[in-house]
Amino acid sequence: MTAPTRTSTRQNPLSVGGATLFMILFAGYFLAPVWWLVVTASKTRAELRASHGLWFSGPFELPGNVADVLGFDGGLFLKWMANSVLYAGVGGAVATLVAAMAGYALAKYVFPGREAVFNVILAGVLVPTTALALPLFLLFSEVDATNTHLAVLLPSCVSPFGVYLARIYAAASVPDELIEAARLDGASEMRTFFAIAVRLMAPALVTVFLFQFVAIWNNFFLPLVMLQDSTLYPITLGLHTWNSQIPHNPDLQLFVIVGALLSIVPLIVAFLFLQRFWRSGLGVGGVK
Amino acid sequence: MTNREGAPAVAHAVEQHETGAAPPPSRGRGRGPVPVRPRRRVRHGRAVVGFLAPFVVLFAAFYLVPIGYAVVESLYTVTRVGGTFGRATEVFGGFVQYAAVFSNGPFWASIGRVLVFFVISIPLQLGLALVFALLLDSPVLRGARFFRLAFFVPYAVPGVIAAIMWGFLYAPTLSPFTLLTTSFDLLGPDLVIFSIANIVNWIFTGYNMLIIYAALQAIPPELTEAARMDGAGQWRIAWSVKIPMVAPALGLTGVFSIIGTLQLFNEPLVMRSVSSAVGSDYTPNMVVHATANIPNYNLAAAFSVVLALVTCVLSFTFLKIAGRRTLS
Repeated sequence: MTAPTRTSTRQNPLSVGGATLFMILFAGYFLAPVWWLVVTASKTRAELRASHGLWFSGPFELPGNVADVLGFDGGLFLKWMANSVLYAGVGGAVATLVAAMAGYALAKYVFPGREAVFNVILAGVLVPTTALALPLFLLFSEVDATNTHLAVLLPSCVSPFGVYLARIYAAASVPDELIEAARLDGASEMRTFFAIAVRLMAPALVTVFLFQFVAIWNNFFLPLVMLQDSTLYPITLGLHTWNSQIPHNPDLQLFVIVGALLSIVPLIVAFLFLQRFWRSGLGVGGVK
Repeated sequence: MTNREGAPAVAHAVEQHETGAAPPPSRGRGRGPVPVRPRRRVRHGRAVVGFLAPFVVLFAAFYLVPIGYAVVESLYTVTRVGGTFGRATEVFGGFVQYAAVFSNGPFWASIGRVLVFFVISIPLQLGLALVFALLLDSPVLRGARFFRLAFFVPYAVPGVIAAIMWGFLYAPTLSPFTLLTTSFDLLGPDLVIFSIANIVNWIFTGYNMLIIYAALQAIPPELTEAARMDGAGQWRIAWSVKIPMVAPALGLTGVFSIIGTLQLFNEPLVMRSVSSAVGSDYTPNMVVHATANIPNYNLAAAFSVVLALVTCVLSFTFLKIAGRRTLS
């Protein structure tokens, strides 16, 4: 697509049409549920069952439905959103900063045990996070800290994968000469890192942040194990509790649908705007 | 399903161990800012400690300690002092919990179930991801940018939300796909495993597509150009040049999928509210969760340890097999 030789070769229109049609069909598969969500969240309760799910029907109720969801149960939904933003935003930011420092140290300094440290961190990537949730709960309960924001936030601040990425990026994007020059100018190692290395690693750090943000935003098991107080729930756990109460309270059905839509909009918007970052991040991981 | 972004990292490291910068000459071991023995001092030792300490402390507190704690917990057992109604105390039980794990039918049944799930979902998921990536990379497709984005959108939907959404789509009351939902009981005991597989594939196919696509983009253009000069068509180029070149990336997505499938939890748990065919011990993680809720933490810890070991063994076996094939 970028190489001029490619565009100059004429393709068989039949294969162009066939390939495009094939992809359009699957685009329908991937987008239809999200479309259904938008359409259904815009309906009144009466229209929910009465009309076809893939097209609008009746008055456009989306703003009203959103207001209802936000106001329900003393603004519980907004609390969940705020909690998710707190867990994912703060957790992602701390995890990124800490991983950047560690990755930088592993890439740019030589010290005994460097590879051993790196390998232990790498093994951490393989540990299923769900296997950690239960012992974390027991440990937090020993210090009476379950059912708090910190119980979810603190474990979210660790990203072994982030260290791995940061190490590669630091090795690739921060020239040794620059560090030496900063040293000759009398800058401390910390200062060199924050003033020079962080800037050079910035695109990579956005990737690390995004991955961790998504991982925390999607996390369900840890909050499920840790939290009992529904005002501490992140959005995933909150919507799940509403969803499992539908048999007793059918009115919640529309709230769950509208809430699901509201909860995925921030991530989709973030993904669209930060495309070039996550794409390069996946590239580093996936290319041999 | 969490932590799926980790697998490429691991395989990357397995294949290419040294990623660090060119090492300056080592000055041997020793630490601390005070140059008591300058001969054995590490260059910028204090800075290294400063950079590493925050992560190492967090990693130790929230990875290493919990793992150690789970292992210790799994070696204990609860007995009641002074008869059935006595005070419960934890005593060292050796491998009692592990014996219980190995004779626990539902746990092994759940492992068998996720292996079946793997066979149902992953070949299709990775096969489609490969086809999509090849099409994105080939000159025959128009609008590649749009498709790349559209297929990746579901990855932004948390597994719990996706399962809630698909739960509505599967149930005849709300689903727009009435023909499908009225002719098949998508939430019944026969088909529910396919329904869950569909949710997982919906989320992750686009993600795996991007990993493979990134690998395709890294193939030197001269290689495909040479094949084209030799008269190879797009099919031939894809089959004989591109697919062998992205085999490592495919291997990684495979490891990913193994880890993800064994950890399966969110989607089936949510499906429980719409399908009676999904039991509380449907997947290994659900067994762990249910056991912890009893509460029987010691047994739950033993389950966790065994599950983590099974995951590691399967991942490494897969990496070994995949690695050998890509080398030969």
